[in-house]
Amino acid sequence: MTTAHIPSAEKLRASAHEDANRCVQCGYCLPVCPTYASMGKETASPRGRINLVKLAAEGKIDILEHMAGPLDLCLGCRACEVACPVGVPYGRLLESAKEAIADEIRRKSESGEPDRPSGSAGSLKEGLKRAALEHLFPHPGRLRLAGSLLRLYQKSGAARLARASGVIRRISPAMAAFEQVLPEAESPRTRPKAGARYPAVGEKKATVAFFSGCLMDAMMHRVNRLSVELLRLAGCEVVIPEHQKCCGALHAHQGDMETARKLAGANIAAFEATGADWYVNNAGGCGAMLQEYALLFKGDAAMEERAAAFAAKSRDISWVLHRLGPLPFKKEWKVTITYQDSCHLRNVQKVHEEPRALIRSIPGAAYAECEGAETCCASGGIYNLLHFEESMRILDDKMLKVKDTNASVLVTANPGCLLQMKLGIKRSGLGGRMRAVHLVEALAEACGIE
Amino acid sequence: MIDQTAFGEIASVIPRERLLIRLEDRYSYSYDASFGEYLPDLVVQPQTAGEISALLKIANQYRIPVYPRGSATSLSGGPLPVEGGMVLDMSRYPRKLVIDRENLLAVASPSVITADIHREAEEAGLFYPPDPSSSHVSTIGGNILENSSGPKGLKYGTTKEYVIGLELVTPQGEIIRTGGKTVKNVTGYDLTRLIVGSEGTLGVVTEIILRLIPKPKARKTMLASFPSVVQSGHAITKILSSGILPAALELMDNACIRAVEAYQPCGLPVEDAALVIIEVDGHPAAVEEEIADCGRICAEMGATTVRTARTEGERQEIWKARKLVSPAITRMGPTKISEDATVPRSRIPEMMERLERIRAKYNINLVVFGHAGDGNLHPNIITDKRNIEEMRRVEDAVGEIFEAAVALGGTLSGEHGIGTLKAPYMELELGKAGLDMMARIKRAWDPNNIMNPGKIFPGPGQTKVKLLP
Repeated sequence: MTTAHIPSAEKLRASAHEDANRCVQCGYCLPVCPTYASMGKETASPRGRINLVKLAAEGKIDILEHMAGPLDLCLGCRACEVACPVGVPYGRLLESAKEAIADEIRRKSESGEPDRPSGSAGSLKEGLKRAALEHLFPHPGRLRLAGSLLRLYQKSGAARLARASGVIRRISPAMAAFEQVLPEAESPRTRPKAGARYPAVGEKKATVAFFSGCLMDAMMHRVNRLSVELLRLAGCEVVIPEHQKCCGALHAHQGDMETARKLAGANIAAFEATGADWYVNNAGGCGAMLQEYALLFKGDAAMEERAAAFAAKSRDISWVLHRLGPLPFKKEWKVTITYQDSCHLRNVQKVHEEPRALIRSIPGAAYAECEGAETCCASGGIYNLLHFEESMRILDDKMLKVKDTNASVLVTANPGCLLQMKLGIKRSGLGGRMRAVHLVEALAEACGIE
Repeated sequence: MIDQTAFGEIASVIPRERLLIRLEDRYSYSYDASFGEYLPDLVVQPQTAGEISALLKIANQYRIPVYPRGSATSLSGGPLPVEGGMVLDMSRYPRKLVIDRENLLAVASPSVITADIHREAEEAGLFYPPDPSSSHVSTIGGNILENSSGPKGLKYGTTKEYVIGLELVTPQGEIIRTGGKTVKNVTGYDLTRLIVGSEGTLGVVTEIILRLIPKPKARKTMLASFPSVVQSGHAITKILSSGILPAALELMDNACIRAVEAYQPCGLPVEDAALVIIEVDGHPAAVEEEIADCGRICAEMGATTVRTARTEGERQEIWKARKLVSPAITRMGPTKISEDATVPRSRIPEMMERLERIRAKYNINLVVFGHAGDGNLHPNIITDKRNIEEMRRVEDAVGEIFEAAVALGGTLSGEHGIGTLKAPYMELELGKAGLDMMARIKRAWDPNNIMNPGKIFPGPGQTKVKLLP
């Protein structure tokens, strides 16, 4: 078979072949890959996937028929990148592959060819994904509206009605599962306001610009509000930059690089205008994206430089609180706490000691490390919605180990992971004795902030 | 291609979800950590010795090549399905690992990751010494069939010294046991030894009985560097002849030292020609005395640096330098050809000189590190497989490395195995009659040549490695 004339394959060759060729197939990535463990075949391993990208770029296999399936099933946790002895840039490779898949679907639909063989990702799923990516996430206003609607839905009794009737389950079992664990939305009045400036409590040590995020801002703005409070307690003056947008990670991970670039450009401009010392975020996934903005602007030297400067200032909140701490804890909190790493915080931002150190610093609390805390919970952005069963298999395995910690508080550092862990607790029947919270919520509770 | 009737029979023994026939799946079993890409017709994930027996009977009847595969970390092409046919993915075989403290044994299924044996044995106060550098990935099945050992061969011997019993499915589909649970066993031919290192050409191993030893109570590690390779060689010889048997004795040449420093600075002496890492283990008092003696000998032999680790952290720091060699030199790649020619220990300085000449003659990037204590060197050629002109030179250089090792009374392979990459040189070491005797054993075991065909034995007229398609 030769597909050399197909532009998507040629583009993939240009964007990914060199990266894929760096793999020496040593297999050191195998033990750290969650899908290799759960799916049990080389095709679902990093070494296998890198090889498939290489073969597709060489035109030996078809992008959609052979490469897309195994690449779609990758969680993108990037643990393989840390394990790789030769530094294959797997994240970049994965995004090139996702872009090639998106290009190829577009090309086939424009030329009227059927895009995928039957049995692969359904068109309803593709449609929903595209609609959310194009029409919801890039628009903070629409997302906030969705968040307010969520509150209305939860408060009005519609939620109870919907659950009782099973209507959501009939549309999508995955959405039904997550609907039940969505956090209770706060009143929109408490949301940190764009353009606002909050003074430091006590001596001012730094000025930080706060990245609100799209989902965090819309659905979990309580965590944002508490983040601002903690930063202030740690001595930060906190600015909420106006005109900031979604980080673009979801778009980049699904192959829509153009939208990702637009969002990145807007964020860089919005944060540069603040003159802050650090740009602080509280979502491991978003933070990783912010730190890798320079990759989006390859070939545009001026933007690349601005993106690199932006990345250098972008920090996870745990890093800042740990650096400026200690926090003014108000009470003894006699609980056992365990921590589930956010993959992109750990594997991309290399932040894993700081959250643990902060938890250990809570007076009265005991920290219990969970075996395998560093491996992915299979939230994977929206992986758990797109591949519900595959995701739940990995999650259920993880929850067995979480249970062994005997913790009553399970801390995470990313909204996607948080929802996934809430669902994990529910599925494993631990609901009565364990709850999942964001790191910021745990710290705020110990500082006596409601 | 596998014909329809044969496929039908295979499908009647193995459930559909464990038969992988999609192109992307087959391609995912087309490689290992060495060279080349060979597309199998089918990948099977067997779960019992009974299933394997049925599969081999079918394969034997229909002459289907069978390629057992663990984690595919082989550096010699062991699991490559060079003639298509059927890959047996043994990495998914049910995991069983029993540590028998009373008899100092471990009973393992082939899919167990070797590092798990290390860990579970240590938890029981025991020790399984063979430790290939990929032991956190590789399966014990792959390790014993390739007889790969790592740095502890000098004091503790190689993998073959630890395998005392096996369960094996023969190419005819019979399930046999060799050896057993006793350390002493002289009942008939030692088939266990024959299977260990046979690279999957004689059958499929389904259970392994390993001998364990008590865990040493203490260990000490030292790093020493020398202005010349010859001096380091003398130091090594002097240490060994003074009655000390180190647990590990590792050597890195200047190119490796520089590569590691460029990759992740560890404070290594970049001006020195050779670096030696020595580890002794045993009774705490003996260990203290021995490491002091090693330090004194190194200094007498002209070492410029002698550093003994005082804490576990410092020990890890020393080993880190050695462990970084492989990634550090691979970054200079992208293609790394890793050899393991081995010579009698006393010939190491000569072998180093010959390697130096080969590097100059072919103008290639050749670096050397390895297990100096047991003469097992790892000459690595760093190249780019897309550079066809250079690859031709590399092919010639590889041949000359083997000739040098054999001329010095050594062997083609200390631990990676022959596979596809060294098969052309078998006669060089074994002679015509020696190689033919091996071929006769292979024919007696596997008359239809279904087990891992294309390995160990050279093809007709093949006298040189082919790295280019």
